[in-house]
Order: sequence, then C-alpha cells, then structure tokens
Amino acid sequence: MSDCISPSDAALARRLIELTQAGLPVVAEPWQWLAAELGLTEADTLALLTRLQQGGAIRRVAAVPNHYRLGYRYNGMTVWDVDDDQVDRLGALIGREPGVSHCYRRPRRLPVWHYNLFAMIHGRSQQELDQQRAHLRQLLGEARRSDDMLVSSRILKKTGVRLPETLARTPSGIPDEPSQHSAHQSNPKPDTGSDHHA
Amino acid sequence: MNDDQRRLMNRLQQGFPLVPSPWRALADELDLEEAALRQQVDDWLADGTLTRFGPMFDVEALGGAFTLAAMAVPEPRFEAVHQLLDGLPEVAHNYRREHALNMWFVLACDSPAAVTRSLEHIEAVTGLVVMNFPKEATYHVGLHFPV
Repeated sequence: MSDCISPSDAALARRLIELTQAGLPVVAEPWQWLAAELGLTEADTLALLTRLQQGGAIRRVAAVPNHYRLGYRYNGMTVWDVDDDQVDRLGALIGREPGVSHCYRRPRRLPVWHYNLFAMIHGRSQQELDQQRAHLRQLLGEARRSDDMLVSSRILKKTGVRLPETLARTPSGIPDEPSQHSAHQSNPKPDTGSDHHA
Repeated sequence: MNDDQRRLMNRLQQGFPLVPSPWRALADELDLEEAALRQQVDDWLADGTLTRFGPMFDVEALGGAFTLAAMAVPEPRFEAVHQLLDGLPEVAHNYRREHALNMWFVLACDSPAAVTRSLEHIEAVTGLVVMNFPKEATYHVGLHFPV
C-alpha cells in the first residue's frame, strides 16, 4: 500500500475500480454519475480522484487508443548499459521522448545481461522505430556502453493483470495496457483499466 | 481522421479534465460542440479506435506486486515451457523475443513474497534459470500516440 493513500481512500479506490472497470460512462456529467455511485458529492469525488492521482493509484484519467488503429504497429524493447551514476538522469531524459511508452531501471544480471535501462519504443514503420532507437542512442551519448533491441515475435500469453486478491471483489480483474503487441496481432484485446506495466 | 478528430484524439490521451462538467470544459478548450465530442468518443469506443476511456489504475500502488522475468529456453523445450507458464494464473504476459533470453514474462501477484514464490516455483518445475528484472526505478509510464 502506498504511503500516500489513506485506508479510506484505498477502500474508495476499490469501489472506483469496480465501477469503472468497463470505463467511465460517456455521459454529460460523468463525475456526478460517479459521485452518486460512490455516495459522495461531486466535489468530494473530484477531490478523491485528484488525491488518488497524486498518490499514484490512478496514473491518469484518459482515453487509450488502439495503437494499431492509429498506425503504431512496430515496437521494440530497447535496453541500454549506462553508468549507474547517470542512469536516473538518463532514464528521465529518454523517458520524455514521445515514442517511449515505458522506461525503467532494472538490475543487470552479469555475465548474461549487461543492461540496466529499459525503454519500450513504438513507431509506425520499421524505419521510424530504427530512427527512434538511433535518437535515444544519441541522447545517451558517451554514457552508453552497449545496447540492444528485443522485438517480440510472438505473444505467448496476454491476459488481464488480475487485481490483487486483497483488492478484488470481482473475479474479472484488470487487464494491462496494450503496450507490447507483436506485429502479428492486429486486434488487441480491449484494455479495461490498469496502466501498469511491470 | 479530420483535423478536429486529430485534436480530440491527441487531447483525450493527455487526460480528461477533473473539473465539474468536464465535457463542456473540453468543448470550450477545443472550440468544438460538447455533444459532438461525446458522440465521437462513443463512436471510437464502438469501432475499437479507443480501447478504453476512464481512469487508469496502478494496481501496484494499491498493494499488488509485479515483476518482469526472462528465461533462455532451449528450442526443443520451448513449447512445453510455454504451456507450463500458460497454466500459471500469475503469468499475465508472456512474449517470445528474439534473443538468447527468448521468453519474457510478467508476473502479477498479491504481494512481493508471492512473486518470489512464483519465481522459485517456475525454476523448480522448468529446471531453468529465471532471471528476475524487477523495476528499480520508474522514469516514465504513459502511452501517447500523436495522430
């Protein structure tokens, strides 16, 4: 549990997850709808959403496009070996690039795996993907010792990320975002809520 | 997509306003008609252009635990190991990637301890080394696809 989220907010967040599993209804006053469902005023509902967003339980309230429909059919997991002293600065730097959807520091596993910085990139063509990778390489400059890009050739499993049992009252859970579909899958499953990618 | 649709798509990806009458706020900002905005979002949800409209939760912030892990699976055993992982409910994603580490999967568990147990279980049943790549820092999460 995040320190930033009070127990009462966490309980409301559970209700919120249930209520918006299929998304926010596209009605004129969605916050009033939500307020009525939660038994709160509209002002308290907006305050709750703001607190949950500040505490990190909600990443954002937004529309998630099917990126295949928008033409983003190519993706790659770029991985970089950069100086530990500089990884935080460099991660923030490349994480800001528009083609990067996820950017994390992860541990090296020597001698097999030298890379400590991971960034998922997306493009509308192989050329665009290659350009993005080249651009990241340029941004990382001399701090980059080596790098690679892993392309998924097959989705072996893609189910929803289930809610932790302690949170879940309904069994359907929350699927993860459609971030890593291979080019072979043209019609990704609907995304119903979690913005998380491990 | 026409210009208005593009502007709406780009704007909606940035976030829906957390203010009373959010559609009106959006309509004013984009100088478009409020009811038409909602109709467009409805249409996009119906035809699959949008996969979701609403809050995006970080389950980890609410107590869940995740990790990314990878294995170098010998080709003759690839299908069998794939089937094995398929049967584990905590394996949320699994991808074949073209690399010596050819199987990459995401574990989604109730707690960090459950992640550790699952990693040990997978090593035990496959006899393969599982490389665990937990997040040590998050620099960016967010899909934004400009159109």
